Amino acid sequence: MILGIDVGGTHTDAVLINDMKVIKTAKVSTNHENLIDSFQKITDEILLDENIDALERIVLSTTMSTNAIVQGKVDKVGMILANGPGLAPSHLKINENTQFVSGYVNHRGIKIAETNKSEVASIRDRFREAHIRHVGIVGKFSTRNPELETRIADMIDNDFIHLSFGHRMSGNLNYPRRIATTYLNAAIWTTYNSFVTEVLKFIESIKSDVPTYILKADGGTSEITQSAKYPVGTILSGPAASIMGILSLAEGTEDAIALDIGGTTTDIAIFADGVPLLEPFGVTIEGHKTLTRGLRSQSIGVGGDSKVQYENDTLMIGPERVGPAAAFGGAHPTPTDAMILLGLTDIGDRFMAETAVTRIADKMGVTVEEAARTIFERSCQKIASSVTDMITEVNNKPVYTIHEILEGKKVVPQVLYVVGGPAEPMAARLGELLNCTPFIPRHAEVANAIGAALARTTAEITVLADTEKKLLTIVEEGIQQSITSKFSREDGLFICREKLRERAIKMGAQENDIEMEIIEDQVFNMVRGYYTTGKNIRLKAQIKPGLIAGFGKEAIQ
Amino acid sequence: MTTKQRKTGLVFFPAFDWAISPTHPEREERLLYTQDQVFEEGLLDFENIIEYKPGMAAAEDINRIHICVPDVKSVTTESHLISAGGAITAGKKVLDGEVDNAFALVRPPGHHAMTVVHGNRGFCNVNIEAIMVEYIRKHYGHKRVAIIDTDCHHGDGTQEIYWHDPDTLYISIHQDGRTLYPGSGFPDEFGGPNALGTTINIPLPPRTSEEGFLYVLDNLILPILDDFKPDLVVNSAGQDNHYTDPITDMRFSAQGYAILNDRLNPDIAVLEGGYSVETALPYINVGIILAMAGIDYSYVTEPDYNAETIRQSSDITKYIEREVELIHDLWKNRNDQKAKLNRSQEFITRNKSIYYDTDGINEEQRETVRLCDDCGGLVTIDSRANFMDRIFAVIVPRRSCPACRQKGEEIFESTGRQTFIHVYFQDRDKDIFIVK
Ligand SMILES: [Zn+2]
Ligand SMILES: [Zn+2]
Ligand SMILES: [Zn+2]
Repeated sequence: MILGIDVGGTHTDAVLINDMKVIKTAKVSTNHENLIDSFQKITDEILLDENIDALERIVLSTTMSTNAIVQGKVDKVGMILANGPGLAPSHLKINENTQFVSGYVNHRGIKIAETNKSEVASIRDRFREAHIRHVGIVGKFSTRNPELETRIADMIDNDFIHLSFGHRMSGNLNYPRRIATTYLNAAIWTTYNSFVTEVLKFIESIKSDVPTYILKADGGTSEITQSAKYPVGTILSGPAASIMGILSLAEGTEDAIALDIGGTTTDIAIFADGVPLLEPFGVTIEGHKTLTRGLRSQSIGVGGDSKVQYENDTLMIGPERVGPAAAFGGAHPTPTDAMILLGLTDIGDRFMAETAVTRIADKMGVTVEEAARTIFERSCQKIASSVTDMITEVNNKPVYTIHEILEGKKVVPQVLYVVGGPAEPMAARLGELLNCTPFIPRHAEVANAIGAALARTTAEITVLADTEKKLLTIVEEGIQQSITSKFSREDGLFICREKLRERAIKMGAQENDIEMEIIEDQVFNMVRGYYTTGKNIRLKAQIKPGLIAGFGKEAIQ
Repeated sequence: MTTKQRKTGLVFFPAFDWAISPTHPEREERLLYTQDQVFEEGLLDFENIIEYKPGMAAAEDINRIHICVPDVKSVTTESHLISAGGAITAGKKVLDGEVDNAFALVRPPGHHAMTVVHGNRGFCNVNIEAIMVEYIRKHYGHKRVAIIDTDCHHGDGTQEIYWHDPDTLYISIHQDGRTLYPGSGFPDEFGGPNALGTTINIPLPPRTSEEGFLYVLDNLILPILDDFKPDLVVNSAGQDNHYTDPITDMRFSAQGYAILNDRLNPDIAVLEGGYSVETALPYINVGIILAMAGIDYSYVTEPDYNAETIRQSSDITKYIEREVELIHDLWKNRNDQKAKLNRSQEFITRNKSIYYDTDGINEEQRETVRLCDDCGGLVTIDSRANFMDRIFAVIVPRRSCPACRQKGEEIFESTGRQTFIHVYFQDRDKDIFIVK
């Protein structure tokens, strides 16, 4: 028996899954002041009269980290940046407590300049005076060689609550994102850690040994105490829960589109061969572009309750929502009202819908049916064209080899999954516009909780071997070790798989959920003069987002 | 530096799976560290820097400007089509108004490729700038174009292609040809009889540094551009003037390249050479991208940069000042000089020997141009590679006058295949390409 809980913006949902079946669902209003309270309430409710001993796993998806950032409930963070030459410091400064230090590592991970001890010490003193308890240390190219960051940490002579290191956030390059990610990680560290402590205390009181997981932005799970080391991984897990929910309620391994049509917005996600696509660099939160792995989704300002207006001979749908549909007492006509008039759905007060849409019809100079049809059609077209743009963007992603230019995969969706309030009335028309077979999954109302419940543990690892420097770096694990000049790609792949497995197990993966995929596999001869001086081997492996073993072959019932 | 942000298109194609040979400078690794640096600096996250996937050039794009022997397919691989296609993509984005300027950071390069292509010379098969420029002229209408070649080698291919074209100003700064491949590019190479003055060569002494390059830019190139008034400025942006380049002997820097691009403000920049893959290219490219996008580049330097150790001697400074004055005078007197040319004969012929260093091909060429006051002039080329494959090409220029066209059609008509394996008719005005 698996318990999945999604603490969402409005509601907190829970599902109990047993034997490929949703056996129970529950819903309460989210208490924004106290998310723990919502979590406890729904857990008590859904587990009432259930056999606690049969509980194998609890997965929680929460807006905890997201809210802390969005609402600015973050700690003051002192940032130490070893930036070296390149982008001007003004582009790197993330808050008023950003300090720059000397020391530079280049693209190959070679330390070009050392850090200055007294410089670091004076920064430390300044942080103390400013009552800063959380510190982020980020070096340019620290993913190529983390030594400078750890040296700075040693020099600080630490009595801070927490130090976040840039190189632990991701193996990927992008200094400004690494700074932002490290900053956010430090800023929410205490808030998130106390949340985890409380969750664990509560779970202890139900059943002490049940493995508990938290959903991350990439649609994967992490064992909850592990997640506390890198809270920034849990930001924006909301859209991920929804996408993973659709994945578990769907079946098949084809290219597909997933739409979550809400009141204000529609969220679009794309599956390639049944796997949700990831953001190419990382997710963006509150204007911060990060290196946090996350599922790719796009939100557009069209939903069932979008305000419909007709001004200057143009019909406008959204992007704002001003209260509910007219049929539910709202002041403005909405796509939902149009769908009621067209008989596509049978909710709300038809008369109120008609009154509102008539105002549009009069301005347009058409009958109310025609106005309703136009509103509905325009809403569907707006969503469809955004989907098409997103697919075009995915397929136009820059690639860097001739092989990929000539033979790169193109995403061509065949199936359209639709969830959300207006899914039923809109799916058919959207399917036509997108040339896809529309499909409305069951249990869509608790899709997020199901998605969380069934998501497997994801992980990523980067192996860099420089046989000229005779050095191997696995930065996510902070590993640097010497190798011989004979070290080969095959040696690298072996280590890459091994370390990914270890990392995944540490994060709570079950052995049979470890489905590895090599996502980067490059070997370059390094030539100086006319002689080969070594090999530059770059490997990256991941456990991609997916469902835990036993699920995913067919849709859950 | 300018502080005005510009929307910059970036076509980045490092071709990680293509090399001339494993240890050749033009190999897989060439743009690896550049990619690292561009990614690490987070340049693609700037709202005003937009990355585009390169398109692929079609045979017709190449046949518009080159005579490939025997055909496009035989002398190009996909890599050349993508590299040229990348330059075209950059041009399109600018001309469509999607961006203010664009940088095609692509390989392999092209500025040593001449009109007739028998193979690879100077790491180049087809001339990616010329292909782009002619694509633009075909699809966006006539343009006066200035190509500023800042590669360390003389761009003899681009010079040859535009030798007779009065609407294309080709300016090359490069290490003195007496000290470097391809050995050409002297001030007296000044353009063909119908286009005198629209080829400008500025050879610089070895060990010229920032000071010298920027002096030439400010006191010669920019004033000439003011006079020429191009519709489009292209930087043929080689990066082998760098002080760490292994195959040249100059002392330019990343900061210098950034300042140069800031002041030159090209509409389109296209990567050419540059083989200091680890210690120069990453920094130069970041500098150029920031400068084009109008973002502060003043902190871009090589980690080991020291202005003192690379500063040019005062002798070099004096030499360059004199040379700039001389070439500027040459430019100012171009029309007088053109008027003095003997225009009594109808045709002028040059015999050329062209060596393809990479492929070891010797080409013997006889090029004939029709003297014409009304257009760039009809050109015919009789070419033979390695004393075997002999071809003949008739090239009608863009905006051709009726007389040159008629003459060209007559010559093509009357030239048979008895002596030549192929006879080509390239009508650049009507965009027609016929082979017999
Ligand atoms: Zn040049
Ligand atoms: Zn060059
Ligand atoms: Zn003519």
